[in-house]
Amino acid sequence: MRLLYPLVFAAFLFSAGVYGVLARRNAVMVLMSIELMLNAVNINLIAFNAFLQDKVLAGQVFALFVVAVAAAEVGIGLAIVLLIFRNRETVNIDEVDLLRW
Amino acid sequence: MVKLAWLIPALPLLAWAVILLVGKRTPGKGAPIGIVAVAVGWVLSIGILAGVIGGNAPYHVDGTWAPISDQFRIPIGITVDGLAAVLLFVVTTVSLFVQIYSVSYMRGDERYTIFFAKLSLFTAGMLIVVLADNLLELLVGWEIMGICSYFLIGHYWEDHANSRAAIKAFLTTRVGDLGFMAGIFVLFWAARSFEISRIVDAAHSGQLSSGTITLGAVLLFCGAIGKSGQFPLHTWLPDAMAGPTPVSALIHAATMVAAGVFLVGRMYPVFEASPAALNEVAIIGAVTMLIAAMLALIQDDIKRVLAYSTVSQLAYMMAGLGVGGYSAGIFHLFTHAFFKALLFLAAGSIIHSIHTNNLSEMGGLRKVMPWTFTTFTIGALALAGIIPLAGFWSKDEILTDAWRAGFGGGVEGVATSQAVAQVVFVIGVVTAFLTAFYVARMLWLAFGGAYRGAGHPHESDGIILVPLVVLAIGSVFAGVVGSPLVGSNNIGKWISTPLLPAEGAIQVNWGLVAATTVIALLGIALGGALYRRGLPEREYLERIPPLYTLLERKYFLDDLYEGVFVRAVTGQLAPATYWFDQRVIDGVVNGAGLGTRRLSRGLRYLQSGQAQWYAAALFVGVVGLAVVVTQVIGR
Repeated sequence: MRLLYPLVFAAFLFSAGVYGVLARRNAVMVLMSIELMLNAVNINLIAFNAFLQDKVLAGQVFALFVVAVAAAEVGIGLAIVLLIFRNRETVNIDEVDLLRW
Repeated sequence: MVKLAWLIPALPLLAWAVILLVGKRTPGKGAPIGIVAVAVGWVLSIGILAGVIGGNAPYHVDGTWAPISDQFRIPIGITVDGLAAVLLFVVTTVSLFVQIYSVSYMRGDERYTIFFAKLSLFTAGMLIVVLADNLLELLVGWEIMGICSYFLIGHYWEDHANSRAAIKAFLTTRVGDLGFMAGIFVLFWAARSFEISRIVDAAHSGQLSSGTITLGAVLLFCGAIGKSGQFPLHTWLPDAMAGPTPVSALIHAATMVAAGVFLVGRMYPVFEASPAALNEVAIIGAVTMLIAAMLALIQDDIKRVLAYSTVSQLAYMMAGLGVGGYSAGIFHLFTHAFFKALLFLAAGSIIHSIHTNNLSEMGGLRKVMPWTFTTFTIGALALAGIIPLAGFWSKDEILTDAWRAGFGGGVEGVATSQAVAQVVFVIGVVTAFLTAFYVARMLWLAFGGAYRGAGHPHESDGIILVPLVVLAIGSVFAGVVGSPLVGSNNIGKWISTPLLPAEGAIQVNWGLVAATTVIALLGIALGGALYRRGLPEREYLERIPPLYTLLERKYFLDDLYEGVFVRAVTGQLAPATYWFDQRVIDGVVNGAGLGTRRLSRGLRYLQSGQAQWYAAALFVGVVGLAVVVTQVIGR
């Protein structure tokens, strides 16, 4: 199996996620970009699992863990975004800068 | 009994802490705690002294306080030999009666409780010195006394003169202590031990070079000069009269000044091994006894008369030790403690009654204060050396030793030079005359004639009189103990050690005894004749103006110290160090704080609150780390 394709694909996906996290103003979009980064990691885990032909399937198990954790993280993240919107009527994270000098 | 010796200093130390913590809330405001602590010590001391008299071997126990390395440890331990037993008895006796006396004397004082706490600590310090088996431990007790004397002399610190006297006492003794510490290190370096027994053995066996011994002994003697108020550091002792009278009694009889003499006695084999050091001790003693006795002639303050007489009598002990009279010197320390404590406490009884220290405002107290008069007279005659009171026997023993070393062909094993011993003898006789003279002057001015003051003199209460009577009994019999009447050289036998064997029976030189008695009586007669009608309009010595000026200005020593040393320090050194402290030391500390504030004022803008900037920094950091790990470390 060629390892290169999934890795290049995962790298593109991760880069897109990084771009989204750093450049997007909308907090919901930032959360979605984080999901992209996590899934890039998942692809890497699966790819290496297949490449190494691991009998205990550690890579796949870890990918499942990541999916579960990501679901939880998104739940909390969206809750925070909702609360911020209720209090400040905005989800633009440039305007959410209370923790500064 | 002797195994409990460690309790003797430990109990007053404990009493100090207890009085300080809870004294104010206990019945008697803390005084009974201190009295009980020292009373137990007193009983133990009597038992230990009885054991020594009965021929018990010296008791010694030691341990390690701080193990520094295999070769070097800081020891701790106690030695109870004859010398320590005698001193324990003296110190606890005087301290006990001074504390009982203070219950009445200090009644109503606003710092009553703390006063007793300090007395207990002071006593503990002296007892540590007495029991110490090594020089470091001795130094600890020595310094405890130094700080306590400072506190006690400055007890009435509201008056500026008193706090100045306290500082003077502390700093003056400190000058001597510097030499003392240097001496400890010299002897430690030479003998490789702090333990007194080892140092003494090394000095005695010729293991150390004579130069080292002389250096060590002379430096140790510096400490004794400071603590025991010897010339030229005696100037603090008369000023120390600023403290309450019981403190004066304690300082002058049992603690503090006795420590210097005790130190010389404790380290005597070291001194004995060095003729130069022994000569120095004798000469300092001779000079001090004369100049102090002269100063006592013109004082108006009764406590100052007694203070100078203490200086003079301590010098007697030093001179006695200097001419080889080990047992004579310690014997005089023993007897002096009783009559000097008595004199101070009796003087305190007068002061308590008429609220003045000045002899010119006393007079005629014989009738109104019969008990004080009787006891004071006993103490005064003991001081003057009238047979058979305490001072006579010990003073005569010192003069006998000086005579033997100077004119009688010398004493075996004593290195003092003959000329020095002759000087000591002559000055000793002159001082005996002067002592008798100022004692008579003091007696007549205080008790004779008519009352000249403005107060209402009355006899003191029982708590004050009981210690007076007890100490008066001591002043009568303390001398007989060591006299030829009840055995041959008892004191010498008790305090002898293998290195310092008892000198055998005292050979009483009856001609000398007769001569000194006549001289003392002459002094008393002359003093009585001159001061029978009270204080003359002009002191008799004023007819010799240069001498009187010299005495009035205390040989210009205070002016010298004040003008040269104190002015140099307060004038130049103190401002310079103040500037250094404020500008350099504080500058560094404040600068560190100020620099941090300036820097952070700029840096805090990095904390922008923009989460995406933080994330970007994190990303750049991770990439940078990855590059470093793969490209630099991975290679």
